[in-house]
Formats: sequence, structure tokens, C-alpha cells
Amino acid sequence: MVRRSVRIKDHWGEQRLFIGRTLFAGVAAMVLLLVVFGRLFWLQVMRHDYFTDLSQGNRVRLEPLPPDRGLIYDRNRVVIAENTPAYQLELTPERTADVHGTLQRLAAIGLLEPDQLAPLERLIRAGRKFEAVPLRLSLSDSDIATFAVRQFEFPGVEIQTRLARWYPYGASATHALGYVAAISEDDLKHINADEYAGSSVIGKLGLENTYEGELHGTAGSRQVLVNAQGRHVDRLGSAPVKLGTHPSRAGNDLFLGLDIRVQQVAEQALAGHRGALVAIEPATGNVIALASVPSFDPNKFTRGISSRDYAALRDDLDRPLFNRALRGTYPPGSTIKPMMALAGLEYSAIDPRATRFCRGFFTLPGSSRHYRDWKKEGHGNVDMRRAIATSCDVYFYGLAEVLGIDRIHEALTRLGFGVPTGIDIVGERPGLLPSEAWKRETYKQVWYPGETVIVGIGQGYLLTTPLQLAHAVAVVASHGKSFRPRLVTAVRDASTRAVRQLAPVAETTVDLKDPSEWDIVIDGMKLVTEPGGTAAAVQRGAPYKIAAKTGTAQVFSLGQNEKYNAKTVSERLRDHALFIAFAPADDPKLAIAVLIENGGHGGSVAAPMARRVFDAFLLGKFDTTPVPPSSREDATLGPRAD
Amino acid sequence: MLYDDPESSTARRTLSASARLLRRMHLDGPLLAALAAVVAYGLFVLYSATGENLPMWTNQLERLALAIVLLVLLAQVPPAWLRRISPALYAAGILLLLAVMVHGDVGKGAQRWLVIGPLRFQPSELMKLGVPMMCAWYLHDRPLPPSLRDVIVVMAIIAVPALIIAKQPDLGTALLIGAAGVLVVFLAGLSTVVIIVGLAALGAAVPVAWHFMHDYQRQRVLMFLDPAQDPLGAGYHSIQSQIAIGSGGVFGKGWMNGSQAQLEFLPERSTDFIFAVIGEELGLLGQVFLIALYLAVIGRALYMASEAQDTYARLVCGSLALTFFVYVFVNTGMVSGILPVVGVPLPLVSYGGTAMVTLMASFGVLMSLVRHRKLVGS
Repeated sequence: MVRRSVRIKDHWGEQRLFIGRTLFAGVAAMVLLLVVFGRLFWLQVMRHDYFTDLSQGNRVRLEPLPPDRGLIYDRNRVVIAENTPAYQLELTPERTADVHGTLQRLAAIGLLEPDQLAPLERLIRAGRKFEAVPLRLSLSDSDIATFAVRQFEFPGVEIQTRLARWYPYGASATHALGYVAAISEDDLKHINADEYAGSSVIGKLGLENTYEGELHGTAGSRQVLVNAQGRHVDRLGSAPVKLGTHPSRAGNDLFLGLDIRVQQVAEQALAGHRGALVAIEPATGNVIALASVPSFDPNKFTRGISSRDYAALRDDLDRPLFNRALRGTYPPGSTIKPMMALAGLEYSAIDPRATRFCRGFFTLPGSSRHYRDWKKEGHGNVDMRRAIATSCDVYFYGLAEVLGIDRIHEALTRLGFGVPTGIDIVGERPGLLPSEAWKRETYKQVWYPGETVIVGIGQGYLLTTPLQLAHAVAVVASHGKSFRPRLVTAVRDASTRAVRQLAPVAETTVDLKDPSEWDIVIDGMKLVTEPGGTAAAVQRGAPYKIAAKTGTAQVFSLGQNEKYNAKTVSERLRDHALFIAFAPADDPKLAIAVLIENGGHGGSVAAPMARRVFDAFLLGKFDTTPVPPSSREDATLGPRAD
Repeated sequence: MLYDDPESSTARRTLSASARLLRRMHLDGPLLAALAAVVAYGLFVLYSATGENLPMWTNQLERLALAIVLLVLLAQVPPAWLRRISPALYAAGILLLLAVMVHGDVGKGAQRWLVIGPLRFQPSELMKLGVPMMCAWYLHDRPLPPSLRDVIVVMAIIAVPALIIAKQPDLGTALLIGAAGVLVVFLAGLSTVVIIVGLAALGAAVPVAWHFMHDYQRQRVLMFLDPAQDPLGAGYHSIQSQIAIGSGGVFGKGWMNGSQAQLEFLPERSTDFIFAVIGEELGLLGQVFLIALYLAVIGRALYMASEAQDTYARLVCGSLALTFFVYVFVNTGMVSGILPVVGVPLPLVSYGGTAMVTLMASFGVLMSLVRHRKLVGS
């Protein structure tokens, strides 16, 4: 058939042409499939390891296993910081058909606040369907009971248990222990993020902060199989999957020298005041009690503090967050006098047996200015012992003048003033021990002799912390042997349970040329508690001898952070009351420093507080009702505001 | 050679009973065997690729049965009859495509489906047979190689349905239909000069095509060029598929043990990307085995085409065989990352009934055209 064409259909030719084309196409197909094969070979053989890694990363996720935090025990192995279950309410969106209604009904039975519902719902909608969303961080026992009987009404809502830090004694010893709280961005800058991958809290203050390295432990990890949506799955096809687990290692436990019963006696003795009490064992430097009053309940921080609660603590006029024992700096007043006496003996600047006549005031040569004694009519003839016992200002004005500020500076430095004591809690303040050089640098002024004179009675520039005072008393009590104050005495390894005792850290000994002269100072302090001494009442009825010194420090002005308040201002202008003591005087077991802000006279206010602590520690007399470990419910907070 | 002279009495005695049955039913034994191997292997892989979804698996089995029935039925149709209905088939296809444009059902963002009573039907599938048959019909009684005028007419025959389908948009099917038609012209002896000029024109058309492409199509092309630029977005398919294949290695992770597939990192694991599941679970060997089976199918089909006795049969058979190759190449190329992602299933293996039925139908046509003998020298 020929149509519009001169060509004739050539069947054989067409078939040859077709076969040629078919062969060509067949070869081309082979070549193209070879290209595919080459690609497959490249993917599966050349780059197999690379893609294996990618596929492994796709399916296996590392889930951190947070370590259990180490526990803290007191000297009698009573747990004072532990980990207890905290109960939180969680909702899993995919198992809750009606999220809105569920939240409404939870609010109706009082488990959620009505104003939280909208943000919670948004949070739930934003998350992944299979991931539980915490509705409330801590539930009280009664909340748990309320929920438990109605749980069937709330599909997808569950109570989850996690371990949270718990301080069974609540506000007791908070300023020594510190607390843990949520890891902040600041913390993240100096921690190894891997180690904290599963942890939500970190030590913020006190021991929890200083010993973070011991307490935290080592994070572990667990491999989990996830699918493309990130959901955990337990198997892949038919074969069970081998997934590694690298267990976490719990943190080490700490043993303290602190006695929680003595601590509680101290806190109860100080209750109602603002102040601090530090009790140290002179032979070791172990801190037996470290109280700063008022205190606060650290459990609020560990379980998520509401912004309202935090604001209340922060703005409290009594400043419960302020660690007065370590960070409060006060003029030591007359409590510095035994130390001044020691300085005089160290430099042989004075004959301790020689008497000086006190006529009620002191004048510097060539000056008519009167430095008054607290006793207007004067103490008459006093030697060093009597001067300490009666707290004669004139004697110490004179001694200070003879010593001069720089020798005072040197001697008091050896007793630990003007520098941090090195206690194992961060945040300690050094106080202020003035010298000529210090004044030149700070005020660009020369030192005036009159300024030396008032340092002799613990006034002027001199500022000390209650901890420094307690430390110095301990040094006096042990005749110059000095140990760095410390809270932790031993560390127990979490895995081996081996207890590593930490040796007391000896500091430079304070030496007197004639060691018998220690007794002169100590005798003076013993006389303080004899009839006629400034704190005679403290000794009454005690079967052991107390060596002590009272002090009263003038308050010059309101603190910078305090607001003027007509009702409180007069009280807050009163003198600070101070008291230092050790007992038994001839075999010192405990050295104490007490400071009561605006407390008035040390002998009448602060001394009885120290007596209660001595009785507790030396006689086991915990005459106050011991506070039992608080139940978890007391500290349970409402839902977090944020 | 077995079938070369079935009329002779000696040869007839050597035929086994099954071969006689096959012959009487106009079926091709070797091709059927190769197809059966592909299908069996596909079902084996599909069970794992669907995540042990038995309903899906039996569903596929049912469609397979339907497809085989259609293959056998089509093989019984006399070849002359097939040729004669070619223009009608083509015209019906065009009408249905136009109907889809107006009344179609939207599925996965594209207008492809036509619903007639209980039937959901893709007219574009019909054109996979309609276009090559129409082209072959047109060229059947014209002298070959075709004149330029004939080439232009055939190109128009191809372009009309291809453009309508591309507009749906279904780039994968448009591509396959275009290929089927163009292959007819190529096998008919299209002159090399025209091929070269055509390829050049195609190159020039790329910017124009780009202009008319849908956003998602452009995305796919861009992603093909650089899948890493958006690993969780448009490039996700390509990256996950290459991870699956690459992590499979030579021997694979084992049937049903591919983490990419079983944990659903691999999208479209039972349909367009099932070749990656084979790569991950059965390794390079599993993939090469399947490609070998495909080569057997293609090779046998091409051999049969060369045996065909008239132009129409040759062109249709050759085109169908090579279109099957295009399926294989485009799908494996896309899954292994050497071609952009276009919606072309892995033939006879991917989950889905439509492609399965169409492919089996085309093999039915192929067998009809070759296995109905008529006296040579008409």
C-alpha cells in the first residue's frame, strides 16, 4: 500500500531496521541499569559505613540516666538531706480523648488552678501526642488520695514518681546545707552538659554547692529504639534489638561533724531574733552547729518555688535568705578583747600581771579627747585577767595604743580575722581587719592613732563574721592550735561504700613565748562567768566551767537595703549583742560565737543561747522539744505560677 | 526455537501438555515464568515493607489475581482486532481524560480519578496502552522509517494526552506515556538526525517546562540536585531512601529487620520507595536479583517483539517492553538518588492495584500480538 508516498513498504527492510533498533534499545537499557547498579554499589559498598552510622543515628537515641544524688548525714548518721519520691501529675495527650474536659474536671476537684487551664492546654497541644506533659509538679498525700479514687474518670492522666531532694528537717541547717534547684543558664556555662543531661537540679548554695562534684555522681545512659516520630518502640521487625545500658553511678554520701539535734537547739534558742550561732569543736575544727536565723525551708526550692513564695522570702525585712553566720559582718565589740590580750602577749608588749588604773576614760598623749569606758566611774586598778573579766575598755585602749594598728593586724590575722576561714561552704565574707596600708589604699588617708584605740575594743573599722569569731575562740580554747572550720568530715564512696575520713586541716599555730600565758587570757574568760563577771548568770547551775566574753557592738546606721520603717527603726538601731565562749574551760569540747542583731547586751541576750547549746552538746540535754523530721506534706507547694 | 515450527508433527510430539495448553491459550511460557518470579519476589518484599500488614498484603494478592485474569483474557483477543480498535481506544481515552479535567476526583492533590458508579478509574492508565497502540496503528501501513510528516503527526498523538496528564498533575504517568509513544517512533526507525534535533529541542525546552511546572515539581527537581538543603522537608524522601539502601550493604539487614523501613523513617515504603526496602533488608544482592528478573522480562519481551509478524505488533510489543524498562529505570534511579523524585512505582512490586493491572494488561496485549500465529507472508 502506498499512500502519498513514492516509497514502497519494504517489509524485510523494516524488520531489519526494527531489530537493529531493538538491539540498540536493549543495549541502552543494559547500560542504564548498569549505571543504577553502579550507584547501588557506591551506596551499599563504598559508603556502607557512612550510611550505617546515619541509620543507627536514626533509630537509636541515647536517653540519659540521671544519677542518684549523694545523701548527707549528720555526726550521728542521721540523714539530713535525702532523695524521696515526689509525685507529679502528668497527662498523655494521645490517651486522653477530651483534653479540655479533662482539665476542667481536674480543676473541679481542686487539683489544678482555673487560671492554669488555658496555658496548660496550649502546652499540651504544642507537644507530641505520645509524650506526657506534667500538669502539676508536686502533689500532697491528700491530693494523691483525691486523685486515686477518681483516676478511672481521667484516662491518660497519671501520677508519676520521680526522686527529688528532700531536707527532712526543713528550715534547719539550711544555711549550712544549702539546697538544690533547677539548673540555670549560668550553671550551664561551667558544667559538663553531658553529665547533667538527665538531671534537672544542681547544688546552689552551701554544701550542696561546694560538694556538687561528690554529690552529683556520674550520669549513665540507655539506648532506646525510636521510630521516625521519636516514639519509643521495643522491637524492630522480628528480631529483638540489643540495646546497651550504661548505668549511672550515684553520688557520694557526705558525713558531717554537725549534730542536727544541737543545731535545732541553737535555732530554737535564737528563734524570734535575727542572728547567728556557730559552734566549733576546737580539737578538729568540725562545725557542730551553724545557725543563721531566720532561715527558710529549702524544700520549696527543690520542688519548684512559686514566684510569690520567692518574692516573699526575698523581700522579707528579716532577710531569711541571708547567711548571717558566714556573710554577716559585724563589729566584734568587746569579744575582741581576749584576742587583743593575746596580741599583747605575743609581742610582749605588756606585762599581763601589771595593773593599769582605769578612771573611766582614756586619753592619748597630747590629746584631750576622752575615750570613755562603758563604766563611767572606772574599774580602778585592773590587770589583764580583771580587764577581760570586767571588760575594762580603758585597759584595752591602752593596749591597742601600745601595740599599734599594724601589730594588731598581724596578730589578729593569725587568729583568722580579715580573711575567710576557709570553711567548706562558698560565699564566706572576709570581714575587715584594718591596717595602715589598707587605709592608705582604700581612703588615701593616713592612719590616726585614735583609730587604733577604738579597734582595741572591737569598734572602728574592724568587722568580723560570727564564723570568724567562733573560729578564733576555738583557737584560744586549744591554746593556739588552729584547725580550719569544716562541715564535712568523711565521704562515703557510692559504689564501694568505703568511707574516706578527711583529716582535720591544721592551720598555722598561734605561739606565745611563754605558753603558760595562755592561762592568763583563759582565766580572764573564766572570770567572766564568775560572780561579778559580765556573764555570771550563764554559769549558774552548769556542771562544767564556761570561759566566755560578752560583747555589745554599736549600730551606726541602718543597712543599705533596709527601708525606713517607723515601727522597726528604733529596734533596729539597738546594739548588736555578742557572746563568745568555750567549755569545759579546762578541756574545751565546744567553742561558740553568738551574734544577735539589735539584741542589746551580749551577757543577757546572747549568753543564755550559748548555754543551751553547751548543755545540749556536753550533757545531751535537748531540753527543747526536738522537732521531728517534717512530713512531706508540710512543704508541699501549690502548682507553679509560671 | 521450541515454538518455531509447532505445526510439524515431530515437534508437536515433543511438546509437553502444559506447553500445549500455553500455546492454545496464546500465552508465552518464559515470559510468564519471569513475570511470576518478579511478582512472587514482590509479594515477599511487600509483606515486610507494609510492616506485616496482612490486609494490605491480601489486598495486593487480590489485585494480582485480577491482573492475571486480565492478562489471560487480553491474550485471547485476536491481534487484528486489537489493531482495529486502537483509534477508538485512543479517542475514548482522550475523552475520559477531558472528563477527568472537568469532573475528576481529587486524590493526593491531583485530579486523576474518574468515578463511574462503584468504579474509581484513572483514564491515564488506559492511555499507557492507548498511546503506543495508536502510534503503532498510525505507522502500521506507512513506509518506514517514517517521514517527517508522519513523525510530527505521531508526536501530536503523543503530546495531547501527555500534556493533559501532566496538567493533572501526574508527571510520572505523563512521562511514561510520552516514553511509550516516543519509543514506538524510535523503533519504527526515526532518523538519527531527528533524534539529535529532538534532544536538543528538549534541552531548550527545559526552561520553558520549568516555567509551567507546579511548585512541588520544581521542589523535587531542586531537591534532586541538592537533597541536603532541606533534610526534613522536600529532600527527606531522597535522603532517607539513600540511608536505607546504603545501610543495607551487600547482604542487607535481613527481611523485616530494616530499621529505616520498619521504624517508618523511609516514607512511601510500600509504594514508590519499596526498592529502598529491598536494598536495606536484602542488600545489594537482593536488588541485583530483582534487576536480573526485570532484565529477563524485558529481554524476553523484546525477543518476542522481534518475532512479531507485522509492523503494528512489532511496534506495540517493542514499546511495551521498553516502557516496562523505563518504569524500572526511573523508579530505581529515583530511589537510589540518580534521578529526581517522580511518582513512578516499581513495576509489579510496589503496593497499588492500578499499575499492576495496567502492566499485566500490557503483557496480555503483547502475548496476543505475538502468540497468535498467522501464515507468514500476508
